[in-house]
Amino acid sequence: MRQSSLLDIISPIMVGPSSSHTAGAVRLGLLAKNVYDEPIEKITFKLYNSYAQTGKGHGTDKGLLAGVLGLAVDDVRIKDIFNSDIAKNIDYHFEYYNDFNRHPNAVDFIFEGKNKMRISGDSIGAGEIAIRKINDFSVKFTGKYNTLLLVYKDIKGMISKVSTIIQAEDVNIASLHCDRSGKGETASMCICIDGDLNKNAIQKIEEINHLDMVRYVRKLEN
Amino acid sequence: MKINTFDELKAACKAENKKIYEIAQENEAQKSDISVEDLRAIVKNNITAMKDAIKTGLHSSEKSYSGMSGGDCIKLQDKFANKSSLLGVIFEKITTYALATSEENARMGKIVACPTAGSCGIVPSVLVAVSEEINANEEEQINALITAGEIGRIISNKVQLAGAVAGCQAECGVASAMAAGALAQLRGESIDNILSAVALAMKNLLGLTCDPVCGLVEVPCIKRNPFLGIHAVTAYELASAGIKSLIPLDEVIDTLEQTGQLMSPSLKESSQAGLAKTKTGLELEKAFYAR
Repeated sequence: MRQSSLLDIISPIMVGPSSSHTAGAVRLGLLAKNVYDEPIEKITFKLYNSYAQTGKGHGTDKGLLAGVLGLAVDDVRIKDIFNSDIAKNIDYHFEYYNDFNRHPNAVDFIFEGKNKMRISGDSIGAGEIAIRKINDFSVKFTGKYNTLLLVYKDIKGMISKVSTIIQAEDVNIASLHCDRSGKGETASMCICIDGDLNKNAIQKIEEINHLDMVRYVRKLEN
Repeated sequence: MKINTFDELKAACKAENKKIYEIAQENEAQKSDISVEDLRAIVKNNITAMKDAIKTGLHSSEKSYSGMSGGDCIKLQDKFANKSSLLGVIFEKITTYALATSEENARMGKIVACPTAGSCGIVPSVLVAVSEEINANEEEQINALITAGEIGRIISNKVQLAGAVAGCQAECGVASAMAAGALAQLRGESIDNILSAVALAMKNLLGLTCDPVCGLVEVPCIKRNPFLGIHAVTAYELASAGIKSLIPLDEVIDTLEQTGQLMSPSLKESSQAGLAKTKTGLELEKAFYAR
């Protein structure tokens, strides 16, 4: 069982009014943006259930956009983000859904730019979040650990190759989550680590054959 | 050391002859890979942010975006200036500090979620008001907030602290239990009495629903904060007399979890029932979304 952290309970310092609906939204936006990691031309936010029903009044829409634009949870500009200069060059819109198969506070980000990417996450309470899906692959990370995301051809030995490089850096793997679309097809790996990987190690991983995508997503500051 | 329950916490305190905050800060520092000093510095920074939010909120009458809140804290201060509280200065401070923080939250001001933003006025109001009145030093204040954090952490191992998951009992309810524990620590109570204060506070708030009008963290959330700050003091006073909860704390937390699961989704932050769907609640909602 994953233990909560004491500091999470008495944090974050944030702009109100809701830890799950405002701060959680900002953090989801930040983490999703870091996963996409490309210039954004257009973004669609799909809000589900409580996020859809009560999000407007909580500033959930403002928080999601502010996060995607890189603002932190305690940035006082969140309150007026729709009129802010930094939001002028991005094409964004919001959609609202009910789906009881989804978490009460769930959101999909559809990023469009050079590539298109769909990222799904939940705000799981007290400002804590989890990214659950990237495109069609299930993942699981929370922004509390530096995280390595890989998409690759489903072949033997891939986990071993990646973990060998991580081990050589004397870094411990906190969690490992794999998924695939089908045998021999496309697969994904989501590795949360204690500590940090340097550029050299990331480059070594990028040089592994049969990789479609590598992202090193840093943990969130707060 | 892994501590998942209050029984385990108590056993660890007894085995090592340490206070709750000592055990908690050692475990947390180790888990977060930082020193105890660094951890305490973060907690100190959060206390400063709590005091800033109180200070800002006490001087503001700005309405929230919805227009449903803002101005009550000034009203209450004016009242106390003319006619002091029956219950004295600490009562005045807790209620005004809690309102100040919660109103500040609703107008998208900067606050400390503790454990959540909707409940952000409860722990700070008790911690700051009492510390001022008994001249608690910085270290004692940090000890008290770490104690509160450990209480919230153990509860959150069982129950997600979100109205959408378990109702307001898991937000303002847990905040009041944390505040009761923090206050007992501030007053130098025994570990048993600290945990009794938590159990008594939590037990009395089981079943509290989350039915916010217009889905906003305003009605009934804001006024609930001063109420539950005072509620924490009641729990502390009973516990410090040696009064115990007949149902042990861990079982109270199990009940919190079960009650959250049994609570209708319509009463868990979805604004589909309760105060949100009263005649007046619906009128307010209509007016808000017509804007």
